[in-house]
Amino acid sequence: MDLSYGPEYDAFRDEVRSFLTARGADAPQDRAKPSENTRAWQRTLIEHGYAARTIPKEYGGYGAEPDILKSRIIAEEFAQARVNRGLGGQGIAMLVPTLLEVGTEEQRQQFIPPTLTGEMTWCQGYSEPGAGSDLASLRTSAVLDGDEWVINGQKIWTSTAHIADWMFALVRTEPEAPKHQGISFLLLRMDTPGIEVRPLVDMTGTANFNEVFFTDVRVPKGQIVGNRGEGWQVANAILRHERDSLGDPNATLTRLNALTELMKTETMGGQRLIDHPTYRDRLMRIQGRVMAMRFNDMRILSSNINKSGDTALARMVVKLQGTELRHDLEALGIDVMGELGLGYGKDNPYVRDGGSWQFHYMFYLGLIIGGGTSQIQKNIISERGLGMPKEPKLPATR
Amino acid sequence: MDFGLSEEQTLLQDSVNRFLEAEAPLTRVREFAEQQTSDDVWEGLASLGVAGLTIGESAGGVGLTAFDAALVSESLGYHTTPSPYVGSAVIAPMALTRSGHEEHPLLGDLAAGTATVGLALNEAVAARADAGINGNGEILNGKALYVHDFGAANYLVADQDQRLYLVDAGAHGLARQPLANIDQTRVSGALEFRDTPATCLSDDADLLATLIDVGRVMLAADSLGAAQCMLDQAVAYAKEREQFNRPIASFQAVKHMCAEMAAALEPCRAMVWYAAHAIDAAPDEIRVTACHTKAHTSEVATFVAKTATEVHGGMGFTDLVGLHYWFKRIGYNRQMLGAPELIREEAALAQGL
Ligand SMILES: Cc1cc2nc3c(=O)[nH]c(=O)nc-3n(C[C@H](O)[C@H](O)[C@H](O)COP(=O)(O)OP(=O)(O)OC[C@H]3O[C@@H](n4cnc5c(N)ncnc54)[C@H](O)[C@@H]3O)c2cc1C
Repeated sequence: MDLSYGPEYDAFRDEVRSFLTARGADAPQDRAKPSENTRAWQRTLIEHGYAARTIPKEYGGYGAEPDILKSRIIAEEFAQARVNRGLGGQGIAMLVPTLLEVGTEEQRQQFIPPTLTGEMTWCQGYSEPGAGSDLASLRTSAVLDGDEWVINGQKIWTSTAHIADWMFALVRTEPEAPKHQGISFLLLRMDTPGIEVRPLVDMTGTANFNEVFFTDVRVPKGQIVGNRGEGWQVANAILRHERDSLGDPNATLTRLNALTELMKTETMGGQRLIDHPTYRDRLMRIQGRVMAMRFNDMRILSSNINKSGDTALARMVVKLQGTELRHDLEALGIDVMGELGLGYGKDNPYVRDGGSWQFHYMFYLGLIIGGGTSQIQKNIISERGLGMPKEPKLPATR
Repeated sequence: MDFGLSEEQTLLQDSVNRFLEAEAPLTRVREFAEQQTSDDVWEGLASLGVAGLTIGESAGGVGLTAFDAALVSESLGYHTTPSPYVGSAVIAPMALTRSGHEEHPLLGDLAAGTATVGLALNEAVAARADAGINGNGEILNGKALYVHDFGAANYLVADQDQRLYLVDAGAHGLARQPLANIDQTRVSGALEFRDTPATCLSDDADLLATLIDVGRVMLAADSLGAAQCMLDQAVAYAKEREQFNRPIASFQAVKHMCAEMAAALEPCRAMVWYAAHAIDAAPDEIRVTACHTKAHTSEVATFVAKTATEVHGGMGFTDLVGLHYWFKRIGYNRQMLGAPELIREEAALAQGL
């Protein structure tokens, strides 16, 4: 056990800190929609190696050698300084790694640079009305007609489809093949004729995900990533990245600190909530859980760096435990405020933190469901982690 | 940066596990439960170096760390091994060396496994019922309840002013009363002091607090091991037991019970490692991490104890499979040296909340 990062990394941390001191104030607040401001900030970050750090220079990245600890230091310092870390989203988080792994040289050149700078934004078209947890049963079809794929069908729950420029989608190209082997991974422009996007309002009151309908949508043949029928493998390599990023205990720690502050300022009958034994104990319970997940995260980080230790199970539990924990944490934020915790929306003088406790309480329920539900996580843990058998299958109903 | 076990630590844990599998199987645990003596298991552990694990080489020990000690504690919990480990091999050596008694003759005997020290420290955490110790630096009066390793030849006792004493079990004016407890792998009792002479080791309240925290981390590690064993038994049983013409492990309700146990328990491993490492390397963090680690691990282990028993159906409720020894061990650990609510409050206070 040695928890120090070492002198080289301490120096790197100082470097990140001086950047944040000098430039942190330039950072725009928004992260979702890349305004010109946000894109300028993104370019600054790439230039200094704080975004797109390990993406090769030829594709518009910074081109550093992968160094897990340096990436961790950047994340820690930006979080500590509460400075915008630049663009996220499914293009950067999921499509870029996919193309680096299995894309053609031409695809990398075409798509990675504008994605990194936020000029090209992406949505992920996987789920369908009949294919959620059982994603491999998806039915949206793509049929090759000359030099084009012709797509028909429907996607649902597609986050940011209403603002994205492009979609990466899973479609069925080999209808006769077994279900996992008949899927391909396609890239398509959202302004292609035949695509209709209908926003869906979610429980938080915002419309961030959508239904997407395809009617004879024609897409150039070359916009397939990987081979025909290999879309499932292409997508799966990357879904793992998504799961790793859901339930991050370091983000939860930031939120725990905000909750502690809230409980120090909010009062009930003149008594601070932090001094009220019942609420105080609930806070301490949550803190204990956050601590366990943070140390679990350090164990995983160390195993990534040193390529040692059996951490398969430690990784498998992160999405399940992390999202459930975050939901419980946000729930306590509401409970300590009692009826004040009901406040939501902007024009309410008694609303706290812009209604963020209610918002995140609901948002994290969405993340418990999205990216593989908690029940699916438990299937994975029991089957792959504990070696328990799959449930016997019923004969197909259709 | 390296957050994990060294090769030596893995070897240490493997060798203790191998010994316990061979020499202290459930049949031995049952014998102990009836007779309340396990001298030869402790002799065997001592010959492996477990008794002197944290004692310096000059006193005949192995000179390992608190982190190493927690790994052994986990193994002992995994096998529900009756042993005077926590008091004799971890807390007493630390109490002696950190209070300036590095030359104390007891250290050598502890390292050899021939001396034992029980812990009468619950009253320093929170006195219950008619218990409480009054001392003046030389003489003790009052009562200590549920003394850990009651069968030991010496006791560590704390008084109302956080002074720490070493008392001989045969000391004048000391009345010992065994107390049956739910966990038959541990021996409990009450000590009643009437002008009992005692050696004051320290009047440093911080040292006493640290010793209690170290005890908490050892008990948390013990619960981690015990809960892991219950989970392993539940998974193995589920794969074997058939109902409705299929292994019950293929029923999703059973799989999800097991997944929930694993998901809650696996992070406790990293937590125990960190808290144990803090004892050696990060004194400022001991308080908060020890309290949280024991409280959280106890909550998780309690959940595992119940759920793993349920996975076994009626068999889990019987004495036949002996699952209840682990269940009760986890229950014992949960209450000793501070139950979860109590020590979460300590964690809050330690952070200035
Ligand atoms: C906020 C949010 C954002 C999303 N963003 C996107 C996106 O950008 N792109 C995209 O493609 N998709 C997206 N999704 C979709 C998401 O991946 C699916 O909602 C999710 O996989 C669950 O599928 P479903 O909604 O069809 O539910 P179902 O699969 O119908 O599940 C319903 C219930 O049945 C349970 N269940 C299903 N199968 C099993 C099983 N085998 N064992 C046990 N229980 C089972 C589930 O756990 C759940 O409780 C998003 C979802 C949310 C909530």
